[in-house]
Amino acid sequence: LSHAIDSGAELIVVDPRYSVAAGKARYWLPIKPGTDMALLLAWMHVIVNEGLYDRDYIEKYATGFDRLKAHLADKTPEWAYTHTTIRPDVIRETARFMAGARPASLVHPGRHVTWYGDDTQRSRAIAMLNALLGAWGRKGGFYFPEKIALPKYPYTKYEDQPKLAADMPKDTVYPLADNTLASGLCDASIPGIAEYDIKGWLVYGTNLIQALPAPEKTMRAIQALDLIVAIDVLPMEITGWADIVLPESTYLERCDEVHTPPYKRPFLSVRQPVVEPMYDSKPGWWIAKELGHRIGLDDYFPWKDSVEYAKYRVKGGGFDCDELMAKGVVSRKAEALYIEDGIEPTFGTPSGKIELYSEQLAGEGFDPMPVYTPPEEPPPGQFRLLFGRAPVHTFGRTTNNRFLSEVFSENEVWVNARTANEMGFKDGERVTLVNQDDVRSEPVRIKVTQRIRHDCVYMVHGYGHTSKGLNFARGRGASDSRLISKYKTDPIMGGTGMNVNFVRIERAAA
Amino acid sequence: MIWGNDKRYAMVVDTRLCVGCKACVLACNAENKVPHGFSRDWIVEEVRGEFPKLSMEIRSERCNHCENPPCVDACPTGASHVNEGGTVLVSHNKCTGCKACIAACPYDARFVHPDGYVDKCTFCLHRVEEGKDPACVEVCPTFCMTFGDLNDPDSEVSRLLKTRKYKVNHPETGCEPNVYFLI
Repeated sequence: LSHAIDSGAELIVVDPRYSVAAGKARYWLPIKPGTDMALLLAWMHVIVNEGLYDRDYIEKYATGFDRLKAHLADKTPEWAYTHTTIRPDVIRETARFMAGARPASLVHPGRHVTWYGDDTQRSRAIAMLNALLGAWGRKGGFYFPEKIALPKYPYTKYEDQPKLAADMPKDTVYPLADNTLASGLCDASIPGIAEYDIKGWLVYGTNLIQALPAPEKTMRAIQALDLIVAIDVLPMEITGWADIVLPESTYLERCDEVHTPPYKRPFLSVRQPVVEPMYDSKPGWWIAKELGHRIGLDDYFPWKDSVEYAKYRVKGGGFDCDELMAKGVVSRKAEALYIEDGIEPTFGTPSGKIELYSEQLAGEGFDPMPVYTPPEEPPPGQFRLLFGRAPVHTFGRTTNNRFLSEVFSENEVWVNARTANEMGFKDGERVTLVNQDDVRSEPVRIKVTQRIRHDCVYMVHGYGHTSKGLNFARGRGASDSRLISKYKTDPIMGGTGMNVNFVRIERAAA
Repeated sequence: MIWGNDKRYAMVVDTRLCVGCKACVLACNAENKVPHGFSRDWIVEEVRGEFPKLSMEIRSERCNHCENPPCVDACPTGASHVNEGGTVLVSHNKCTGCKACIAACPYDARFVHPDGYVDKCTFCLHRVEEGKDPACVEVCPTFCMTFGDLNDPDSEVSRLLKTRKYKVNHPETGCEPNVYFLI
């Protein structure tokens, strides 16, 4: 992004918070949280009604345009204004601005996009807007990533048929989802909810107490289990709940699997140890192989170690192992990334085209085109709780790192300056957040700032650790996960929408 | 020129690209073994205006290695001195920790090291002598910082200052600082 900005790219940032990206943007739209779909529909309304969309692209690659046009007829910027608080002239101007640069113009799909429980449809609206801009598969838009294919290491075939995943609750079905659900893990472990009860967890490098919403529920699920084994590099909260802890070496102490992600310039990379493992820690591959060995499944772990495993795959792919080990990364030019390079695109829909109107969704009883539903409003004196990340830290995993904590040692709760002044709060003061279910946060400093709307508060995720082993992080800042006692499940894909909690702010006891 | 060669080291920081991630601060802490609680470089986030009409400038800041360094003038022992390429350094063995330089510096760039001497950014001269960039420049994920010789008209820093709009902090002091901010 910095290269793009340096080359003259311009940003429109939609965020209730004046983020760093917003600070670099030509337009900042401080939207009311939960109303994004209204803005997206209004943007599409302007782009369709003013004829600014990519007509040739839509004709060639999309279906359902006329139905979309009819659907958008009343989604005017004036209509969206009443929901989003973004002025109609700003909606029109930004729509024209993004359309003016097409197809070198895109709406980024985002990351960690499970916010309000309507997230599939919002993501779909973003994808549709990108289609109107002709951005999919176009230079300056989205490229079709390429991946280096490596052969698999030959395994003995596993004959037993595994059970179907129980992580999907009985009474709700997500026929279009291809992943198990974050919230489904706990549901399936609490007896009587799923097809069968999960009796044991092998938790690998995920601090479920902070990573899942509603930690009270996670703890209830844990109480119902027969066994938890936790593999981690640090004594995170989850290791305290585990019957057995298998300490893993850190990424600087182990050789991991060859990484071959889909990318613009396809590459192979391999992570190699720079220091010997400390204490009694072992790399993940060793733990897996030894567990297999001890329960008589040696045949399924036929390699000596991760280096031999990696070398087999790298060599099989026609690459020089020594070069990869010496350089860490080898890459090659992609063959084709764009429609301009001759790619004939197919999309992940039944027809292989961009389906602006989805028969598939309609068939499952869902809206075939995104429909905006206004979010619940925070009651007076309460704020919608938003959370995010700081560039210094990787989720809650690094908050115990003293070196990193030199520059970021605890999170703060961001509150709009005018609102804070009206409530008599001063910058840096310690407060307690109390959510709609009377869950109270740990004491946390307040950041009085112009950089956020009046109706929401924001905090960086990953603080409020309680684990005794986290000597440094324990007791610093507050946990957002704890305050997320409520979540809204997306009816289409089952995603866990976590930005649906409201908090009030109390002065922390001295 | 009072230094022994014809270089004039400078740093150019592009405020449009800096995201304030503090990788520069951490790199410096590690490279220079800066003691806990101190730093030789730091991030300033300057927010102007009132919601929703806001602007923000983010700057990675450090010692400006001034052309007319008031810290050097203020030093009673000669510990603060001008070195290669115009870098302002502190000789630990001559420094008594009197803090006259700290009072004289308009940029608050200096601190007393727990070992008793005054410490600050050296432009990583030990790396520069090996042909490397300073640690902060090396790690910046947005490539917002450029280090080089202003006396070389073909250097990247010279080119940037010729082609881009820039400013320095506290120009009114007459120190002639050598850390430039592209705007």
